Amino acid sequence: MSALVRAAAWLEERVGLSAFAALAREKHVPVHRHSLWYYLGGMTLFLFGIQVVTGILLLLYYRPSSGEAFESVQFVMARVPFGWLIRSIHSWSANLLVFVLFAHMFSVFFLRAYRKPRELTWLSGMLLLFLMMAFGFSGYLLPWNTLAFFATQVGTEVAGRVPFVGGFALRLLRGGDQVTGATLTRFYGFHVAVLPALTTLLLGAHLLLVQRHGMSVPPSVESEARRTGLRVPELPFFPNFLLRDAVGWCVALGALAGLAALAPWELGVKADPFAPAPAGIRPEWYFCWMFQTLKLLPARILGVDGELVGILGFGLGGLLWTLVPLFEREGTSDRLRRAITVAGVLVLVYMTFMTIQAYLPEKH
Amino acid sequence: MWSLVTVALVDGGRRDGAELRRVTREETVATRRNVLNWFLGTSAGAMCGSVVYPVLRYLVPPEVPEAATTRMVAGREGELKAGEAKVFPFGARPAILVRTVEGEYRALSATCTHLNCTVQYRADLKTIWCACHNGMYDLAGHNLAGPPPRPLESYKVDVARGEIVVSKA
Repeated sequence: MSALVRAAAWLEERVGLSAFAALAREKHVPVHRHSLWYYLGGMTLFLFGIQVVTGILLLLYYRPSSGEAFESVQFVMARVPFGWLIRSIHSWSANLLVFVLFAHMFSVFFLRAYRKPRELTWLSGMLLLFLMMAFGFSGYLLPWNTLAFFATQVGTEVAGRVPFVGGFALRLLRGGDQVTGATLTRFYGFHVAVLPALTTLLLGAHLLLVQRHGMSVPPSVESEARRTGLRVPELPFFPNFLLRDAVGWCVALGALAGLAALAPWELGVKADPFAPAPAGIRPEWYFCWMFQTLKLLPARILGVDGELVGILGFGLGGLLWTLVPLFEREGTSDRLRRAITVAGVLVLVYMTFMTIQAYLPEKH
Repeated sequence: MWSLVTVALVDGGRRDGAELRRVTREETVATRRNVLNWFLGTSAGAMCGSVVYPVLRYLVPPEVPEAATTRMVAGREGELKAGEAKVFPFGARPAILVRTVEGEYRALSATCTHLNCTVQYRADLKTIWCACHNGMYDLAGHNLAGPPPRPLESYKVDVARGEIVVSKA
């Protein structure tokens, strides 16, 4: 018996790894014309892994105070060997992650994979999406540059306008009435401790639920299989599907390295609380559709401040979107189902249109 | 005796003595359990409260007493040419000092009433502009266009001994 086999037997007696091996053997992935969308969850997970690793590396040099934050990131970009690479990958990967995550969410939405018994998988996924946006928002401030300063000014003010809890939320987020070094310290705490802890819990639950229920087969594929009497073909997860996943991950890693090398992430100008907001200011692209909406809303709508209508609208919309599995149950009529799909298409079109508009040059 | 007290406690003392004597053994046990659960529940609740309350209070920073700035020197005469402006700290918040084309000084709060960005003077439009959401104000601070719901607060400007003094009305 070789040493390796003996070591495996030793571990097996104590840990019982064969249970995991059995689980891996059992797991299968359905193969049909929509199978491509199955790769997005794994891609998101891979990019999240990149964020964890590069984030930990950035922690080694970053200093979370208004006097030193900008300079420490500048040091990483200019002096630390490969610092530009690590930071650029962290920033690019964050953006790619949010993009893939949105694609993952919309694919789950349009393939109606949130149906019973996967309501909680959808819920945990939506909460993870909100967490990733919170990661993006809090991380954006950390280099303490002008763009980030005003994005935080506006973003926290939006939270502050929410009725009843706004005042508390504003001071909780800013660590005071204004965006200052206290805000930076807080955002750092959220970004490297609070959000990662919450994400670990939710991600664990999400992955566990995915294992428990397996991949959802889209209703159209399911009914076709019923009609023809043929079973939906399957692919073993390990190693077949995982190897295909890995091809995607290699491509993503290559793309990240390419983006970081060809377009290193900019640092901008150090934040000055007493300088005007620069022209052309806008938040990260995934907040742009909301930003553009706030720009276009009139000052007063039916006697209420325009931005309040917008903020409440986003909140209500997000809530309805998160609760979509409750609207579609087994007995739901085809008309309501179509209505949900149409609503999803409208949301996607609206978000895309507004995001593009935010990037078009403005006339003054 | 304990069971009688318990029942009386649970029932709020609504039963008379004769009724109390008829209380069955099971009911006594059940109500004793209820009282214990009640004690346990309230203790657990109080313990959670005593942990959560300080944490919530800790999260919101204390009000730092700030000397209310009502008057300050924003610059020196001749520093701004006609049609120029500058943003200066007025206490903890930014304010903007504009010298109009006619040579007059105007001082306003520089915090946009929409979502808190810092505004700037646009010489090409002779207006005050917020870059964040495209809000426009005139030089008296009135909101002209875009999303701002309210005018900017305006301040008094005095020129004395070569200094431009801005003060809250």
